[in-house]
Amino acid sequence: MSKTKVRKMMFILSKATIENVYAAFIMANGARMEGIESEIFFTFFGLEAIQKKKLEHLRVATVGNPAMHIPTMLGGLPGVEALATSMMKKEMEKLDMPPVGEFLEILSDSGCRLWACKLAMDMFHLKEKDLIDEIEGILTIGDFYNRADAEGTQLLFI
Amino acid sequence: MEKLIAQRTISVNEEGYLTDFSQWTKEIGEGIAKEQDIAMTDRHWEVIDYIHDKFQKEEPLSIRGIKKSGVINIKEFYKLFPGGPLKKATMIAGIPKPKSCI
Repeated sequence: MSKTKVRKMMFILSKATIENVYAAFIMANGARMEGIESEIFFTFFGLEAIQKKKLEHLRVATVGNPAMHIPTMLGGLPGVEALATSMMKKEMEKLDMPPVGEFLEILSDSGCRLWACKLAMDMFHLKEKDLIDEIEGILTIGDFYNRADAEGTQLLFI
Repeated sequence: MEKLIAQRTISVNEEGYLTDFSQWTKEIGEGIAKEQDIAMTDRHWEVIDYIHDKFQKEEPLSIRGIKKSGVINIKEFYKLFPGGPLKKATMIAGIPKPKSCI
């Protein structure tokens, strides 16, 4: 039925702003929905998206983001980032986009494999218990590359 | 285009989705499933009933909706309809492929 040559999508998520996290999640979930394998490797700030205490507090960047169409000085004022974030979350809810925690459950149930980066875990002094249960393990980048074992695998850095 | 399935001629689009739901019967659903290497069980039909219910109420289908459906969980949904469950289940149900990205 499907003509795609893509068999496996592997994402490296290195950022924790809402728009980047959702980009990775939507693409990883979209792959599974098309019958394509998918995996996400969380590294650097991407680790915020899988920490139990932090994942529901991700924000949209209002500074250094010209697409926000507000002056950078204004974007840095207290409360602006929180306001922009709550507005964006409301719009996402309207489109029935799940919150981060629920999205991770959906991904895991859909067969998307979720991994944490060893080097970044060490750098931020994180332990496995800080992470959500859906994380299958802590890998090096080499381990992650070795998982790109199928013909038609694509790797994407976000 | 036209297609012969379960001894009946039905009209489908280029991806194989029925273009006229009124032509759908359980036998046609069964025939489409067979082409997708899916052997329908009572459990499969429960999901198809849920999908028809949503379709009649004109409510969009999504994987999040499946999670909340109370009919089936996501893991089982993927197991019953391997290789793109929403895509395959809607094809078997004789309704258009969902347009949503989520």
